[in-house]
Amino acid sequence: MTDMASLLDALRPEMALFGATCVVMLLGLSRAEFVRKSCALVTAAGLLAAAWLGLRSPDAASSVTAFALFPSLLPFAKTTIALVALLLLPVLAGTVDRAYERAVDKGEKFDPIRATRGEFYAFFLFSVTGVMLCATANDLIWLFLALELVSLPTYVMVAMSSPRLRAQEAGVKYFFLGAFGAAIFLYGFALLYGATGATGLGEIREAFGAAVSRGENPMSGVALAGMVMAIIGVSFKIAAVPMHFYAPDVYQGAATPVSAYLAFAPKAAGFLALMSLLGTVGWGTYFGDPGAVFVGGSLPAELRVPVWVIAAMTMTVGNVLALLQSNVKRMLAYSSIAHSGYMLVGLIVGPGAPTPGARNVPLASDGLGAMLFYLLCYGVMNLGAFAAIAALQKRTASGQTVEVETLDDIRGLCWSRPLIGWSLVLSAMSLLGLPPLLGFFGKLWLFTSAISAGEILLVVVMGMNSAIAAFYYLRIAAAALLDQRDQLAYAPTLHPARGRRLAAALSALGVVALVPFVGPLQQWAHKASRPNEVHAMPIRVEQPKAAPAQAPH
Amino acid sequence: MTLLILLAIPLAGALFIAMSPARQAKWIALGWTLIALVAAGVAAQQFHWNAGLADAPYQFEKSWTWIKPLGVTLSVGVDSVAMLLILLTALLGPVCVLGSWTAITERAKLYYASLLVLQTAMTGVFCSRDIILFYLCFEFTLAPMYILIRQWGSSNRLAAATKFFLYTFTGSMLTLAGLVYVAWRAAGFNAGEWSFAIDDLQRAARMMSGTEQAWVLLAMLAGFAVKVPLFPVHTWLPLAHTEAPTAGSVILAGVLLKLGAYGMFRFTVPFLPEAVGTYAPAIAVLALIGVIYTGLICWAQRDVKKLVAYSSVSHLGFCVLGMMALNTTGLSGSVLYMVNHGLSTGAMFLCIGFMYERYHTRSLDEIGGLASRMPVWSMFMMFFVFASVGLPGLNGFVSEFMCMLGAFQSGATWGLGGTLGPLGPWYAAVAATGMVVSAIYLLYMAGKLVFGPLREPHDHGHGQRHSNGHAHAHAESTLPADLTAREITALLPLAVACLALGVYPTPVIRSLDTPIMRIFVDAPPPTLAPAAAVPQEAAP
Repeated sequence: MTDMASLLDALRPEMALFGATCVVMLLGLSRAEFVRKSCALVTAAGLLAAAWLGLRSPDAASSVTAFALFPSLLPFAKTTIALVALLLLPVLAGTVDRAYERAVDKGEKFDPIRATRGEFYAFFLFSVTGVMLCATANDLIWLFLALELVSLPTYVMVAMSSPRLRAQEAGVKYFFLGAFGAAIFLYGFALLYGATGATGLGEIREAFGAAVSRGENPMSGVALAGMVMAIIGVSFKIAAVPMHFYAPDVYQGAATPVSAYLAFAPKAAGFLALMSLLGTVGWGTYFGDPGAVFVGGSLPAELRVPVWVIAAMTMTVGNVLALLQSNVKRMLAYSSIAHSGYMLVGLIVGPGAPTPGARNVPLASDGLGAMLFYLLCYGVMNLGAFAAIAALQKRTASGQTVEVETLDDIRGLCWSRPLIGWSLVLSAMSLLGLPPLLGFFGKLWLFTSAISAGEILLVVVMGMNSAIAAFYYLRIAAAALLDQRDQLAYAPTLHPARGRRLAAALSALGVVALVPFVGPLQQWAHKASRPNEVHAMPIRVEQPKAAPAQAPH
Repeated sequence: MTLLILLAIPLAGALFIAMSPARQAKWIALGWTLIALVAAGVAAQQFHWNAGLADAPYQFEKSWTWIKPLGVTLSVGVDSVAMLLILLTALLGPVCVLGSWTAITERAKLYYASLLVLQTAMTGVFCSRDIILFYLCFEFTLAPMYILIRQWGSSNRLAAATKFFLYTFTGSMLTLAGLVYVAWRAAGFNAGEWSFAIDDLQRAARMMSGTEQAWVLLAMLAGFAVKVPLFPVHTWLPLAHTEAPTAGSVILAGVLLKLGAYGMFRFTVPFLPEAVGTYAPAIAVLALIGVIYTGLICWAQRDVKKLVAYSSVSHLGFCVLGMMALNTTGLSGSVLYMVNHGLSTGAMFLCIGFMYERYHTRSLDEIGGLASRMPVWSMFMMFFVFASVGLPGLNGFVSEFMCMLGAFQSGATWGLGGTLGPLGPWYAAVAATGMVVSAIYLLYMAGKLVFGPLREPHDHGHGQRHSNGHAHAHAESTLPADLTAREITALLPLAVACLALGVYPTPVIRSLDTPIMRIFVDAPPPTLAPAAAVPQEAAP
């Protein structure tokens, strides 16, 4: 449909990132320290360029994306991905520590993560490129490659992130389970191809549409099996039930900066992939009884039920298990599982139905927009929590420097390290959804969209889960703000990498300072989530005569 | 602008405290709460208390668009109910600061900043004209209160703070779901234009079917009944009250509990006339169970603070009973009760806090007959006990009587939605029994505490150090035997207010007529354009 040359237009941000990746890999080999030091700057420049190019990505008006499922998605998705990655960069940057290189020369124990050169940035950039490619993907094969590009570098990042055996264990675990997940969704993709005879997402959409026009239910047999397997496979990326088991172990095993990355990038990629996959069937398509009246945006029942169950289970399992943790990293891992559950609510709701009599979908009813917006909110606030933990270290009795990770370590943090402590408190409160912080507005939009779609039970489940989550987020915040530090315990000191402090403070600032701009940001996300009306043909089956073209929303 | 200034003053004070040394925190807090009190006084003076039905329903109105696509605005405006409660909040501000003057020594900056932030949030609840803004302030009160209980509470503070937060947060999540549901229906009635303005939602909510109203009622009660608190969901309150520091208890009893009652008054009753009409008897029965049951619990308490905490549950049962009478008398009695309970119970907590600071005990078994040791304190304590019991001539009597009268007459007067009120004389009869119980336990407590032979804890001696490892053990008591001038200054305004509202409540009751009449008007007048609200504002 779209020739390669014009498709490249949509790939400019990815090309910028790839260029930066190549430069970083070369610079990292240099003998001169100041050249190696510039890796972080080049990475930042690449991300900035990608954000800028992303902002100018083709949208609905362009011929490039005329056949994409979500023609206006690219500017929002690519810019926000690049900006969150830019915020992640200072957290990750500290893992390459030049002062430490000199210390190793003087005989300190070798620690691979702190001495890595350009590769680390290259892996990071590769992975971010993969996330962006997921947004651009218009083909199942492309989507598969993009998802793998997100994950493959992260396996290495986890394993090399720390000299401890735990990191390698986490890396192996992550790799095997990741490969397992990939196999499942690849199988699902193959079945989808078998059912529709196409790999292009737009073509699959049309094949399903043709089936509907013939009065068949496209979500049956092979296609249904393929779709369900694809969803389950991709739920590994977003750490959703039943593919969530790895998250706590891997997040705990990896160095905190890498965990921060894992909690955002694969999740963003997974949600973008799910959006495309479910977009091929569409929301508001009413299959089955051909005389039925169009009632509004909801997935076909065969998919809605499993995704509904996954969403409800994911939030509940994540939150309940987080209650039992005393390790902050594990707690945040379970919290990231729970947040995937919240975002899945947006996927169930879909792009929303217009109010009777009106043509446009009100923003409040738009579940996909709510999901994209929540992804952004989650990226900012979750990063704040991880960065605050990463900004600290402590020395054990044996003189080793280790990461801070238990609740005991962060007690009284607001008093000993006010900046980091308050960043942690604000991020945790925003994750909890306490108004007037950013997280509340993300949740509010998910609420309004789910209620508009009649998913009231799901809203109640989500509300109860927010209340359960309050318990452990309060433990984090209260430990940092209110508790006294145990005088006998080893006091955490600042990690030498200043970027981590900076990132924590910036995220906490974002959690507060983005609140006045919630309106425009939501508008932007809403625009991004509008489905393509070109594919809207088979949206509804009417009894008397063939239906004219209808908007899918 | 007036309301914005009222909102901004405590917040500015909190910022000031954050930037200045801990030693000056209490002085700065006192200064800013006094400024807030003066500002509230000026606002009250400008406020047109006798606005009739023909006047604008809300004064000092101001509105800004905030999240345009979601229809969320920053709209503020007050009627006389809100203004009264704002005045109460502003009055309790300096009182709380004075009440914690010597009790709070560690992390004083955080303490006073929390108090001030809490004051802004509470004021925000009362002056919001947008549901999201309301909810935002309503929820945000939890954070500073959690900090106050968790950091400066007594021995069991951790459990108390957590229970307080989780109970109220869980309930209000459901309330949010209910309110969003109403907003969705409102959007449906309004061609897909979302709005969270209270007036729009009220119009839409009244158009909903009885079943929908019943579900939304349940959702709203989940949040508001926990906050009030009503009988089966009251269990967080005694714990929170007992563990909270003195000022925390004062604010909790004085204002925070009123948020629930205010929510019911502002949303539940006017939004859902049909459902409330149907289920009012059930809610009233819960309120009555609360009145009697917790009254009896009070009787059995040995911990004075716990006793007063349970008495809060019992007393607010009257408040809800009056509201559920759904007639003018009952509703005005209920609103008046919010204010009166805030004054007298807040003051009792303050008195108990002053006693605790001296004796480090609150057990009726260890302490008693303080009249000979602390005559001034005893005088105040007895005064507020009488105000709480409902002695004619003091404030408690007026509102308690009105609530019961409302319930009594309810079945014979035209209530909401043009039907007869849902309650009847029997409700009033049971409530009257509750009044007797309340007199018994409060006078029993006062009798043991104030009169009889002097009993003091064994290890007690003024100026001695109590190093029993207790959270407040550091507060070495250097206080004189009886109240200091500072403590009297804290109690006196509350006593004056109690007396004034008891002797001559007529102007206040009259000012409540219009907002209450408005609930009975079926379709509220259309929202005023911002320009129309300006003349109120411009009047000097």
